[in-house]
Amino acid sequence: MDFLRPASWEEALAAKAEHPTAVPIAGGTDVMVEINFDHRRPEYLLDLNRIGDLSEWEVGEKTVRLGASVSYTKIMENLRAELPGLALASHTVASPQIRNRGGVGGNLGTASPAGDAHPALLASGCEVEVESLRGRRMIPIDDFYVGVKRNAMEPDELIRSVHLPKADGPQQFSKVGTRNAMVIAVCAFGIALHPETRTVRTGIGSAAPTPVRAKEAEDFLAAALDEGGFWESGSPIPPSVAKQFAQLASGACNPIDDVRGSAKYRRHAVGIMARRTLGWTWESYRGNERSAQCA
Amino acid sequence: MRVTFTVNGRQQEADDVWEGESLLYVLRERMGLPGSKNACEQGECGSCTVRLDGVPVCSCLVAAGQVEGHEVVTVEGLADYAKQRAEHGSCGSGACGTSIDAAKQWEARPADSQTGENTELSPIQQAFIDAGAVQCGFCTPGLLVAADELLERNASPSDADIREALSGNLCRCTGYEKILDAVRLAAARGEGQTAGQGA
Repeated sequence: MDFLRPASWEEALAAKAEHPTAVPIAGGTDVMVEINFDHRRPEYLLDLNRIGDLSEWEVGEKTVRLGASVSYTKIMENLRAELPGLALASHTVASPQIRNRGGVGGNLGTASPAGDAHPALLASGCEVEVESLRGRRMIPIDDFYVGVKRNAMEPDELIRSVHLPKADGPQQFSKVGTRNAMVIAVCAFGIALHPETRTVRTGIGSAAPTPVRAKEAEDFLAAALDEGGFWESGSPIPPSVAKQFAQLASGACNPIDDVRGSAKYRRHAVGIMARRTLGWTWESYRGNERSAQCA
Repeated sequence: MRVTFTVNGRQQEADDVWEGESLLYVLRERMGLPGSKNACEQGECGSCTVRLDGVPVCSCLVAAGQVEGHEVVTVEGLADYAKQRAEHGSCGSGACGTSIDAAKQWEARPADSQTGENTELSPIQQAFIDAGAVQCGFCTPGLLVAADELLERNASPSDADIREALSGNLCRCTGYEKILDAVRLAAARGEGQTAGQGA
């Protein structure tokens, strides 16, 4: 094994071009587990810790450019106002020790359907900035996940940052697990209201081969909110609408039975989380913040 | 490969480090510092918690090569680290810290309630002993490092703060109650001291 320590982004791209099988390592919270357990013996480890730019973020007028290695702790501490959905999801990642090291770039690189950031990223409608010596491209999050633990990146590409629209409305995240900390999601749900475009976006984790959106549920809800004049009136959402939204979200799942939960339970739980998070975000939109912010 | 980094305030070198090796392995097997415990090797248990540039991390999930030029504090250096922090805010001179030999031989010598001797423990370590927060002791080093960092950040943590800060550390003996007591005790003593100094 070789340990590559590029001092700059350009050096990292050159190293990745020369050794496309090199495994990028930033926080190490996924990669080191695989190495410790002998599940993986990469020929090259490409350490990205010396590239300071990856741990920085910029808040622009419309978007936040979030470096791939910005830790979940930093997201929680610094970007709660701009990226509330992702901040909530970050808070459910493992433990303080893991949140101090792990970041969104690792979740995207691993592309596990259980990654906690994915539902929030899908709901926000972000773009992933990837680059190789051949050039830079922005991959819409909807096109990023292509299979179980597979993403749309080429072997010579590295994730530099994620460009997320700043929240223009309430966002929520909910996750089911056997305990509060240190748990891989049985399933998870993220929702973002976008009052500016009068749309709603969602993200479902651990309930399909890849993280997915509940598009039918989104379209149904957007139409129902529009037709009923709910965005203007701020009236409560009728239970029938919330129920239909929940059923459609449940229907967007394509889960499996595994050690963490059954497919049937996951479908059920996603429906419940969809209904609840819709309630929380809509109440917030109407100006009634929940007294307890537990997800 | 060779890795050079600061351990408990002193620069150290490790040679013949395998590229996939963890910081935990380097500390335990190459530097003779077995205080950080090796349990789950997947970041679930927190037994290997150390400070990396001040931040609590699972040393089993940090590749050795990633700490080149960085600063690590292990449980063996915690007493000195806490002492320096109390006296100077932090170590500015570079003369403080715990030598590798002292760290290797470090053992807990709590204050003797009769004579008051042997007070070479950090406040959190003393509180763990006084509260009876140690049973088998395997999780203790990780908990000490995590709890010490919490109190550094937040001198009067709520119970929720303590639970969250220690949520990455598993203990299979105590049921955690005595551990929570210990952190509360250390916090209360810290406040008492500050009040006594009129600060």
